[in-house]
Amino acid sequence: MKTAVVTGSARGIGRAICERLASDGVGRVVVCDLKAEWCADTVEAVRALGAESEAFEINVGDPASVEAGVEAIVAKFGGIDICVNNAGITRDGLLMRMSEADWDAVLDINLKGAFLMTKAVCRHMMRARSGSIVNIASVVGIMGNAGQCNYSASKGGLIAFTKSAARELGARGVRVNAVAPGFIKSKMTDVLADDVKKRMLDIIPMKRFGEPEEIAKAVSFLAGDDSAYITGQTLSVNGGMLMP
Amino acid sequence: MTLEEKVKEIVVDGLHCNADEVKMEADLVNDLGADSLDQAELMMNIEDAFKDHLGADSNISETDVEKLKTVGSIVEYLRGRGVPDNL
Repeated sequence: MKTAVVTGSARGIGRAICERLASDGVGRVVVCDLKAEWCADTVEAVRALGAESEAFEINVGDPASVEAGVEAIVAKFGGIDICVNNAGITRDGLLMRMSEADWDAVLDINLKGAFLMTKAVCRHMMRARSGSIVNIASVVGIMGNAGQCNYSASKGGLIAFTKSAARELGARGVRVNAVAPGFIKSKMTDVLADDVKKRMLDIIPMKRFGEPEEIAKAVSFLAGDDSAYITGQTLSVNGGMLMP
Repeated sequence: MTLEEKVKEIVVDGLHCNADEVKMEADLVNDLGADSLDQAELMMNIEDAFKDHLGADSNISETDVEKLKTVGSIVEYLRGRGVPDNL
């Protein structure tokens, strides 16, 4: 029975990933977020799909929290087969006005968080000679976006991190890949003004925003054995808005 | 089991080499064919195997790792950190 850990999975894309992995037959799905109580809905949804599920409080920006959380998960379930580094935040603003605190906060969670999680889980995966790590990047990590210097740097960094980690861990049977979502329907995009939405849709050949489930499908592929010979890659799921 | 035997066992297991090649003076890279990933993994396995003896900070620092080039140097290092000869 496989065990998957998904960070930032109390809601949104993370929750969709948990549900999809449970539907795929992953036997145990560990739901991680800053507060265990935030995870209750996801845990319940995963259990309804027939998988074991439990919430773990992990702050991916805090090395002690990551180490303790991963050790507790391994102690409980005996190992980790799949790790999805999904936790991420935004602190948007124009470069000229961006505070150092907003830069650091985004890099700490989005990039350092993935590093800390990967470092903690790869020990166990290396020993098992098997494992799949999927990092949730972003289209803006490839193309950039005005107002998101911090976020795009973190996601671009995550793509490069994915490649380096894949090179290091490949010989031990551990794969590391990334998914780069485009504009995905979420609370963030729901509140956008109509003219902003229209401008976004103008640059998306498929003329619609993506659904969280569509990201989860790409994660499912990279997490599972169908992608057994794929590592170091970034799979763009963006309705064609960028063709790197 | 003695400390030496345990370290040998971890080295044999990690580097997939013959037990009779794993002498105290054997160099991990030149004699036993370890690459950098093998070495990192070996240190990880040693940290895990001796964590009860190494105390709260079971990490082997990067500075120390660089000095651990032979099987014997690992045994000496662990002795220095308080691991007893008879486990």
